[in-house]
Amino acid sequence: MSEVKVIEIHENVFKANDEAADRLRKNLTSKKVCMINVMSSPGSGKTTALSKLINMLKTELNVGVMDVDIKTSMDAQKVADATGVRSLQIHNGGLCHIDAEMTEKAIEQFGVDGLDLVFIENIGNLVCPAEFDTGAHKNIMFLSVPEGDDKPLKYPLMFSVCDLIIISKMDTKDFFDFDLEKATKNIRKLNKKATIIPISAKTGEGMEELAKWVKAEVKEISGRA
Amino acid sequence: MHELGVTFYILKDVKKVAEENDVKKVNYVTVEIGEVSTVIHDQLIDCWNWARKKEEVTKETEMRIETLEAVTYCEDCKGEYRTVEYGKTCPYCGSEHTYLLRGNEFNIKEIGVDDDT
Ligand SMILES: Nc1nc2c(ncn2[C@@H]2O[C@H](COP(=O)(O)OP(=O)(O)OP(=O)(O)O)[C@@H](O)[C@H]2O)c(=O)[nH]1
Ligand SMILES: [Mg+2]
Ligand SMILES: [Zn+2]
Repeated sequence: MSEVKVIEIHENVFKANDEAADRLRKNLTSKKVCMINVMSSPGSGKTTALSKLINMLKTELNVGVMDVDIKTSMDAQKVADATGVRSLQIHNGGLCHIDAEMTEKAIEQFGVDGLDLVFIENIGNLVCPAEFDTGAHKNIMFLSVPEGDDKPLKYPLMFSVCDLIIISKMDTKDFFDFDLEKATKNIRKLNKKATIIPISAKTGEGMEELAKWVKAEVKEISGRA
Repeated sequence: MHELGVTFYILKDVKKVAEENDVKKVNYVTVEIGEVSTVIHDQLIDCWNWARKKEEVTKETEMRIETLEAVTYCEDCKGEYRTVEYGKTCPYCGSEHTYLLRGNEFNIKEIGVDDDT
């Protein structure tokens, strides 16, 4: 009879992904490409707002959009069609998130040379994407007004990993009794540093401020390399 | 919710360690999961039992789960308490200026292999 030998590993499950993400981030920085990961629940207004935003930015910046190749989604394509910018498809095998290896492969396949800014439209889900670093420089999320001002309390990790929290569909706030002050308070319990910008893609509210935030991030990356 | 995605990371890691140690067959892998991590144990095991068949070396590898206690720290009274029982609010002073010290872990602890040397 053979004995059992124990081999100790003691390694975080996410370590391999975190390392891949750091490598990718450095690589993108050296190419002066700023990558921004966009997360939210399904239907919170990402595709609509990104299309508008990119139309505001594209005279100054070369922009690309990336999303997963789910047949029913094709949002990157929608944004590309609405704005004329480059679309990159990520193959993620139907999983609940996008990880650094998937982003890296999509970048190898489609190329980011000549781009200043790439948006990833992540999977509509407030749990899993928060755990997986995609290699993006900044993480942003959409909290849409119909989802309610108490949403941050239900998904603490997501709200704590983001650099920018966009409160979207502000034009609907009276229908949903959405209290912006309460939402801000709930976000601050989890994240003291994130910028919060209320927007409406419909009325254009907050879009200038959003564009300003994004441009500053792009400048930061191109200035750092 | 992301049990399947995570399973592939564990599989990759176990395979790598087995190769490094010249192991042909892994009997078990032990993972440590914090009490407040969002991983659902039964689902993880189901995913594992499905995914392990993809590699020769993990074909019969049993997954063992050890739970790690979650503890929260209070910045106001410097107290520590069990997160699962009290959540964000400190039971000693009622403050909400608290943060999680531990309990969010998801580690691959060790593997067990036949020792025929
Ligand atoms: N009232 C209002 N509706 C909006 C706004 N932005 C988006 N919508 C609507 O919300 C719905 C979802 O918008 P999308 O932009 O597709 O949202 P998404 O987050 O990309 O959705 P998924 O990719 O499917 O998760 C559409 O019916 C939009 O017309 C807004 O600012 N105000
Ligand atoms: Mg979309
Ligand atoms: Zn206290």
